[in-house]
Amino acid sequence: MISYLIRRLLYSVPIALGVSLMIFMLVHLAPGDPISAIAPADAPPDVIERLKVDYGYDKPLPVQFALWLGRAVTGDLGRSVATGQSVSGEVMSAVGNTIMLSLCAALVGFTLGAGLGFVAGYNQGRLLDKAATAIAIAGISVPHYWLGMVLVIVFSVQMNVLPAVGMGPGGSSDWAWDWAHMQHLILPAITLAVIPIGIVMRTTRSAVAEILNQEFVQALRAKGLSERHVLGHVVRNVAPTVLAVMGLQLGYLLGGSILIETVFSWPGTGFLLNTAIFRRDIPMLQGTILVLALFFVFLNVVVDLIQTAVDPRIKRA
Amino acid sequence: MHIKKIQRLIAAASISLSVSAALMAPGVASAQGTLRIGMTLADIPLTTGQTDQGGEGQRFMGYTAYDALVNWDLTTADKASDLVPGLATEWKVDDADKTKWIFKLRQGAKFHDGSEFKASAVVWNLDKLLNDKSPQYDPKQAAQGRSRIPAVASYKAIDDYTLEVTTKEPDAFVPYQLAWILISSPAHWEAVGKDWNKFALQPSGTGPWKLVSWTARERAEMVPFKEYWDKTRVPKLDKLVLVPIPEAATRTSALRSGQVDWIEAPAPDAIPSLKQAGFQITSNGYPHNWTWHLSRVEGSPWNDIRVRKAANLAVDRDGLSELLGGMMVPAKGHVLPSSQWFGKPQFDITYDPEKAKELLAEAGYGPDKPVTVKVLISASGSGQMQPLPMNEYIQQTLGEVGIKVEFEVVEWNTMVNLWRAGAKSDQVKGANAINFTYFIQDPFTGFIRHLDSRLTAPNGTNWGWYNDPEMDALFQKAKNAFTPAEQTKALQEVHEKFVNDALFLYVTHDVAPRAMTSKVKGFVQAQNWYQNFSSITVE
Repeated sequence: MISYLIRRLLYSVPIALGVSLMIFMLVHLAPGDPISAIAPADAPPDVIERLKVDYGYDKPLPVQFALWLGRAVTGDLGRSVATGQSVSGEVMSAVGNTIMLSLCAALVGFTLGAGLGFVAGYNQGRLLDKAATAIAIAGISVPHYWLGMVLVIVFSVQMNVLPAVGMGPGGSSDWAWDWAHMQHLILPAITLAVIPIGIVMRTTRSAVAEILNQEFVQALRAKGLSERHVLGHVVRNVAPTVLAVMGLQLGYLLGGSILIETVFSWPGTGFLLNTAIFRRDIPMLQGTILVLALFFVFLNVVVDLIQTAVDPRIKRA
Repeated sequence: MHIKKIQRLIAAASISLSVSAALMAPGVASAQGTLRIGMTLADIPLTTGQTDQGGEGQRFMGYTAYDALVNWDLTTADKASDLVPGLATEWKVDDADKTKWIFKLRQGAKFHDGSEFKASAVVWNLDKLLNDKSPQYDPKQAAQGRSRIPAVASYKAIDDYTLEVTTKEPDAFVPYQLAWILISSPAHWEAVGKDWNKFALQPSGTGPWKLVSWTARERAEMVPFKEYWDKTRVPKLDKLVLVPIPEAATRTSALRSGQVDWIEAPAPDAIPSLKQAGFQITSNGYPHNWTWHLSRVEGSPWNDIRVRKAANLAVDRDGLSELLGGMMVPAKGHVLPSSQWFGKPQFDITYDPEKAKELLAEAGYGPDKPVTVKVLISASGSGQMQPLPMNEYIQQTLGEVGIKVEFEVVEWNTMVNLWRAGAKSDQVKGANAINFTYFIQDPFTGFIRHLDSRLTAPNGTNWGWYNDPEMDALFQKAKNAFTPAEQTKALQEVHEKFVNDALFLYVTHDVAPRAMTSKVKGFVQAQNWYQNFSSITVE
């Protein structure tokens, strides 16, 4: 296991390098440049040129990449062109906010998704199955930013029971686990949970139905095991498949949803990326995407390890 | 990971379980005397002095926390605002040498950190923008400020309260230029270790509001600066909170749900229902214009004055006003009709399609031979209002008189680059016009930068390569008009030529709609890009 872990971690190094290069190229291929975005539209050419020198954008792209990478490996992702603040600090703070939101969404989504999926799979073909499947299809099909706006209209505008935007009366910097702050989590978390509910539900449903049709289940029942114990065996057999899907879904959630975070002005990575894109804040864009990409690599390793732990049939040489 | 973050994660697990209970609880009430504003910006503007993010950045982070030597009068709504003394109490050009200006500075003004404002602070601030050898030179602020003071050649402190500014050539618009330059505290910059990034976290200016805390992309909090030199502008509120909410629908929801008390630029289609729900809607004309800037390069159909006049007569501005829910002032010229520079142009910009057709026929066009123009437009952008439906509307009304319009739609950042590149550039792909809205608050931004023949690309933003010695002479005359009356008269002549020659396709002026709760009292919406928040109270 240790050697597998070390090998997986070593594999992540070329992946991270490749990702860095791709990010750098894509960000620079996009139209517009950060200097145009920060200088007033009518800034004269000498001011623009001077700014390029000040920010290092006068150097050839390979040199810029090498300089950026050199700093990035030491954990220094540079400073935001827009705010002048440290990219690492801003990204980590946004990552924390996104993790908070996505864990809440994951908890809601995975619990409901797995629960509904199990019920549907166990009752395959019956009314309960059809109702649960309808929920799953709706969850996958409904545009979640639209759902977010509808929830805001109902619960914030009409009923005025939940806030529409932000992360608390004082923002994320003075977050506290009290009602004044926690109520800000509810609408975005529910909106974000809708897709995992659908996907996890469908996966669980088909896995449960498949396992229930296997001979060992009949054998367990024939042996006289109670239905509760039989279901326990089904759950253990379904778990690896569902966990793999949950891992991927968690990855997507943790990547931050640009649309949801923008609709709710939630100060996470999605909102950060959105702002950085529109302000052509290249250091911020590069830093955020790099951190998110590494996060995905890390999550894949973690999911692999959990799968190995819960399913002894999976051997890692 | 931070311990605080881990605590958040653990606690996060318990939250979703409390969803149903949460739905039943009431919202949180705000403190008395606190005004929370939902801005259209996606981020807090630069806090160090020279703000970024255009007019809105300067409105909320510039003239709140800082002062310029020369300020704008933001106290009245019924006339165009003009310059008033700020950190300078008076200024005059030397009678013998028109390139030399003397500014008498205000005594007793203090920065938020308690240090005293003196002439040396102005020199220090100008060095911050113009002198890259000075330790306080700040590229970020220079990006915003350098281009605003093109006339300034040198400057020095004569004594603690007298400043001398020398210009490159006689230029009567120096006070307007200096109204852009906001004065940061040199003593505070020293105190925070000569680091602008640290200064940004705890800024210090001389303005009526003190920025006490801010979090990027989330909020900024300001409190009154009780020792502010102008006692009539000491804020009445306890606190001003700025919240960036770039999405218009979200901004409206935040207002309706009571999370903010005021929003900038509600979507036009939300205004009737906001009014119905008891929210106040304020609006007023201000120095903004929404035009098509016309190409005058060889081969452009706009080189014929009859085509330019026909286009101006073909736009049904009342219909457009309906499209925008009445939130516009139909253009009668380059500046608002209430502007002191409007003058008495002879060409009356109105809706007269028959006259437009006549003019086009005179110019040799007709149903079988329409004028064809290609226009650069953006899908969104700073000050662009609702560019897509508005342009489509204009395309339709121009089409009705025989002007066929094709659009090249580009993203806003690209649009800015195309505007800088000018009409002769290959990048604009033969476009004959660009739909670029303008900040037209002072003579340079309002008139000169668009049509001075010396300011074609790459030297400036005379996009259309317009070149008329008569206009250049009028600009020179205005620049050499050093008394207010002379200057106003000269600028009226400039504006009359703008209109009489139909140098742009004039469409509309924005009215900066704002929606606020009925608890907000005392706001006077000045005809200006900036506003005064000191007179406001929240009941």
